[in-house]
Amino acid sequence: MKVLMFGWEFPPHNSGGLGVACQGLAKALGQYADLIFVLPKKLDIKPNGKFKLISADIENISLKFINSTLIPYITSEKYYGLNRNKKLVYGQTLFEEVERYAELAGEIAKKENFDIIHAHDWLSFGAGISAKKASGKPFVAHIHATEIDRTGGNINKQIYEKEKEGLEYADRIISVSEFTKNILLNHYQIHPEKIEVVHNGIDLANYNLSVNTDLGLKKLKSLGFKIVLFVGRITIMKGPDYFVRAAQKVLKYNPKTLFVMVGSGDMEGQIIDQVADLGISDKFFFTGFLRGADLSKAFKAADLFVMPSISEPFGLTALESLIHKTPAIVSKQSGVSEVLNQVMKVDFWDTDEMADKILSVLKYKSLHKEMSKNGEKEASFCSWESAAQKCITIYNRLVINH
Amino acid sequence: MSSICIYFQVHQPRRIKRFRIFDIGKEEDYFEDDSDTNLNNKKIIEKVASKCYIPTNYLLLNLLNKYPDFKVSFSFSGLVLEQLKEYSPKALSSFQDLVATKKVELLSETYYHSLSFLFSEEEFKSQVVLHKNIIKKFFDVTPKVFRNTELIYNNDLAKLVEKMGYKGILAEGADNILGWKSPNFIYKPKDADIALLLKNYRLSDDIAFRFSEKSWKEYPLTAEKFASWINAVNGNGEVINLFMDYETFGEHQWEDTGIFKFLEKLPSEILKHPDNDFVTPSEAIKRYKPKDELDIQEFISWADVERDLSAWLSNSMQKDAIDKLYSLREKVMNSKNESLIRDWRLLTASDHFYYMCTKWFADGDVHKYFNPYDTPYDAFRYFMNVFTDLKLRVNKKQ
Repeated sequence: MKVLMFGWEFPPHNSGGLGVACQGLAKALGQYADLIFVLPKKLDIKPNGKFKLISADIENISLKFINSTLIPYITSEKYYGLNRNKKLVYGQTLFEEVERYAELAGEIAKKENFDIIHAHDWLSFGAGISAKKASGKPFVAHIHATEIDRTGGNINKQIYEKEKEGLEYADRIISVSEFTKNILLNHYQIHPEKIEVVHNGIDLANYNLSVNTDLGLKKLKSLGFKIVLFVGRITIMKGPDYFVRAAQKVLKYNPKTLFVMVGSGDMEGQIIDQVADLGISDKFFFTGFLRGADLSKAFKAADLFVMPSISEPFGLTALESLIHKTPAIVSKQSGVSEVLNQVMKVDFWDTDEMADKILSVLKYKSLHKEMSKNGEKEASFCSWESAAQKCITIYNRLVINH
Repeated sequence: MSSICIYFQVHQPRRIKRFRIFDIGKEEDYFEDDSDTNLNNKKIIEKVASKCYIPTNYLLLNLLNKYPDFKVSFSFSGLVLEQLKEYSPKALSSFQDLVATKKVELLSETYYHSLSFLFSEEEFKSQVVLHKNIIKKFFDVTPKVFRNTELIYNNDLAKLVEKMGYKGILAEGADNILGWKSPNFIYKPKDADIALLLKNYRLSDDIAFRFSEKSWKEYPLTAEKFASWINAVNGNGEVINLFMDYETFGEHQWEDTGIFKFLEKLPSEILKHPDNDFVTPSEAIKRYKPKDELDIQEFISWADVERDLSAWLSNSMQKDAIDKLYSLREKVMNSKNESLIRDWRLLTASDHFYYMCTKWFADGDVHKYFNPYDTPYDAFRYFMNVFTDLKLRVNKKQ
């Protein structure tokens, strides 16, 4: 089986879960198929040691680049914002970039030899469509997040249309959860039989689990403070405002609690204001975006991780927390809640319940211990191997019927 | 000669409601959930009464009247009886009608269906007396044979129960204690002069668990087929103990599985063989002598594949919760406050600890089916919140 895969970002040049998921899936798929992984931007991954390291890590994958100015996983709003502020120099709009990626993808498809096309999220869908037009091979559209998730329903019509076009043009759709499948059914009018759910996994090799807890946080903990962690873009989809509301309720009952928010995003200012207005700024820490060992330190320092997402197609951060032995509370509006039993689940809007659950885990040691132990075990079973095997089954069926 | 000894367990706990940390110290009640969830005890009693207790009792009453040789026995927890009185008097009176036939034996157990034997002999004895009293009051009989919560059993329990005056005791016929021995005989516990009846778990579970299992090679199970398995024991055993939850009929196995039709035909199919008959535990003890002595030091039970205590006491939450509970006992009893003692005892029900079980990977499905909480973690925190509240009340009284 030869697979031509179009991605969007790749660690360490990633802004979120998409790049991590692409890497995890590509690495596992490489064991079962010949995989060519195409990225849009040559400059994003510098042809230096770092890049070589990645390609060396991943067996049987050749990474290809298209010279494009796209930066990964950016909301179009932010993209325009960046343009206006001239912090980055873009000559074209985001959509022109997508078109360019698609054009070049068609060229690649003419040159390469493959059986199947697989593209991740809307920015690569154009590439997938072109490759299919150029080669006539079956096209699998993989949905990691929709415009509905990203915007909380206040969609950019043009992006939505691009997503819908890709989904309709695809021969098969892979969605990362039942939760996302339902969004595709309800908001994109896709036939349910066209969609396969393949849950994401986690690649333990990407994490340094032996890092030490950050010294400053260690000191605070020794004074009896408990740490509750949020990790994610600070944007509407991730429910940071619900996190703050729950925190306020927790603090009324247990003032020795600290809330650490890891990530950046368009709502950062609003959240900092909200925290200040509630008079709990002294209990909040904003670290900005963290990766690698710094992120591992944050997970390890925390007594509890909370993922209050409003709409979370999967939610890798929950698995990341669990493998660091930090128990998790996840919103029921998430894909990861479909694969985890050893976590507590809560509706994102029910901040009373969220606060009560947070307080319980902080208060009862044996509860924390059990959740930590069982959560780690359960997360370690969420492998990319099984996701890759499901993809292979989907490919085989498509190729046979093609 | 093979005698069939059927005993049905009837129990419903008072489930703890969603009691939040914010509710601690606010004089909230613990068990009065009025939501539409499975934490609403009234709703559950009404549902189980209409799906299981009332129709099955009706069927059994007809069978008892129709077949003079047909007999059954029951063990009720005090908790289910008080709740039936409160929420379904009709079901309670239908149970009383069964006992009035004089062909139904009632067994002894702890009122609160508790694990008290493991933690406090004094509490255990008190709860057995409370149970004796409610059985006397509701049915005007006094049990002679004892069965401990979920068939939890070992030598020490047998010794104590003998001292308390019982003639017999029930246990699980677990493979690890029987080895090559058959469960189809009466045994004698080591160092105790009391008859030990062992559950034939294969035949019991064929009805209780596998009856509607379509992937089972014996599916569908008919009364005729089941009777042929009973007949096959003839000559190799004296008493076949079929022990199961009464909720098997209509609740665990729904009516549309054909479970009622199966039960309806069972007595006549079994009695077709002239060497078969039905006995109650007391009759079995009178008729058959112990075949051998059994030395059971480690606790066994009828729960899960492990058939040990792990359903209630395997993880740190369960141990933490129950240790804290029993460490408060003395203070609670010394308070002489009826409402404190009553609430404390309601927390001793084994079900609360069962709901905290995290053995998801093997028997997880069974636990999940019987768990009214989203997760074992929720079961634990509501229990602990209630416990914390109770502790506050106890300390205030001092």
